[in-house]
Amino acid sequence: MRRKTVNYSKYGYIFSLPFILAFLIFSLYPILYTAVIGFTDMKGIIPKPVHILDNPFENFRELIVNNVSFRQSLSNTFLIWILNFIPQIALALLLTAWFTNQRLKVRGQGAFKVLLYMPNIITASTIAVLFNALFSYPVGPMNSILHELGFIDNPVNFLQDKTTARGIVAFIQFWMWYGNTMIVLIAGVLGINPALFEAASIDGANGYQTFFRITLPSLRPILLFSLTTSLIGGLQMFDIPQLFLGGGPDNGTLTTSVFIYGQAFKGSYLYNRAAAASMILFVIAAVLSAVLFYIMRDRDAAKLKKEEKRIKKAAKLASKGA
Amino acid sequence: MEHIQKSQRASIRINKTIIYIVCILLTLLSILPFWIMFVNATRSTPEIQSGLSLLPSVHLGSNWEVLNSKSFDAFQGFLNSLIISGCATICTVYFSSLTAYGLVAYNWKLRQPFFTFIMCVMMVPSQASAIGFYQFMYKLHWTNSFLPLILPAIAAPAVVFFMRQYLLGTLSLEIVESSRIDGAGEFKTFNRIIMPIMMPAMATQAIFAFVGNWNNLFMPLILLTDKTKYTLPIMVSLLKGDIYKTEYGSIYLGLALTVLPLFVIYFLLSRYIIAGVALGGVKE
Repeated sequence: MRRKTVNYSKYGYIFSLPFILAFLIFSLYPILYTAVIGFTDMKGIIPKPVHILDNPFENFRELIVNNVSFRQSLSNTFLIWILNFIPQIALALLLTAWFTNQRLKVRGQGAFKVLLYMPNIITASTIAVLFNALFSYPVGPMNSILHELGFIDNPVNFLQDKTTARGIVAFIQFWMWYGNTMIVLIAGVLGINPALFEAASIDGANGYQTFFRITLPSLRPILLFSLTTSLIGGLQMFDIPQLFLGGGPDNGTLTTSVFIYGQAFKGSYLYNRAAAASMILFVIAAVLSAVLFYIMRDRDAAKLKKEEKRIKKAAKLASKGA
Repeated sequence: MEHIQKSQRASIRINKTIIYIVCILLTLLSILPFWIMFVNATRSTPEIQSGLSLLPSVHLGSNWEVLNSKSFDAFQGFLNSLIISGCATICTVYFSSLTAYGLVAYNWKLRQPFFTFIMCVMMVPSQASAIGFYQFMYKLHWTNSFLPLILPAIAAPAVVFFMRQYLLGTLSLEIVESSRIDGAGEFKTFNRIIMPIMMPAMATQAIFAFVGNWNNLFMPLILLTDKTKYTLPIMVSLLKGDIYKTEYGSIYLGLALTVLPLFVIYFLLSRYIIAGVALGGVKE
């Protein structure tokens, strides 16, 4: 029996080899390479000898201390993320509460889920250009709608104003992701022990009480999970701001990813500065992932402990019986 | 008692009415932008400029001609996107299943550390390595090649994670044993016996991998500079440029063409997609 495991264990390595190779070549090496570039003077379209800077942290210092657009891009990323996440989680929770309420029995849930999730699967670049066209000035579908409904007298130039431009980017993100969050939360609610809901209903709890006292506390891990994945995803926000207005107007929708792309690939070829900015982004994402990892592990560990206790108890009972 | 019940029933009816109204409004919000897009794809530029309409017009043909007379080559873009997404999806699904099987079926020394490692790298943003990746590919003369967009798909940590969870729940090692007794090699066992077992999970992950690759903009935008190699999301950015400045009808038509395949896939497979999203979030 023992020999068998020894014989076959090498296949564990063989079967994982393609993954490991691809990861080392296409992920790990580029990340390390990016980190090194962040400390060098690599710039310009024509390759020339690259040197480590006299002060290796010059690019980082320059970005954090002197570069106004970089700081603006960080605060934009965070602002747009907050503006999209709060309504997203609020609406997703509301819909979850409605769809999982046994007393209300909302019909057509399947169709609603399919239609509310739909924007998530459509190419973000297409959506960005589409919204650019929908909000165009002076004549565009959005201006026509608002005019016919009597909200505005003169067309609004949505795309030239920082506030409305940011608002639209945040809205697109919200619109693309609330369906996804809702489906995840509904799955979470369906995973809650039904006995809890039964007990609540026997005790005479109404819909609000059940939701706030039972559903919401039980959803806490999944809410934290959504929060962290959304935050890490939000840090990478690129397609929508890049193709909606290219970061404009006046850097109003410039996110960190758009900034990195602009530094390296749009005429200035400042690879070193873009690499330094990527590393800052990477560190922020790593910290957030560590938080997520901690949350998830904590949960599993707690479960393990419970399991251990149960086994010990069973063993005790068994020994007593014997 | 009866009175209380009656008022309760009435309040439920009011609640339900509000719920249906909100849900229908949200549904309209989901559909309307795309509806306007498809309708405007059939209208002429003067019609579009004269105001909003929710009914299609008859200028689809002329929009198509204008669209094709300029640099937007929908067929080429479609083909490029299909090649990249198809190959990348096959790589992701096959090698992730293989790795997950290696993690579940064999007892090797570094198994647990390797799995912890996969968990750790699941969230690394692609922007973090983009500059180094670009420089590396530039030195290999692999820019304007599809390989750097396909081969990295072999290492997809999140998919391995999902496949492992699935295998832990479904795989019985007796099947593997009996296949060994029948004299099948380990690779043959995987290809002939294990893959069919994993088919449902592979199909779900294949849909998401395909859509993810199809929609990817960042990496292709950095690597592909040759117009004949452009994928559809890059072509979309052409529509915003000066060449189509006043040709609104053909801009909408170009946008509609890039997402038409997604709509077909989505409405054919929506049940599996929604189920997959629910599974991915719960992760248990």
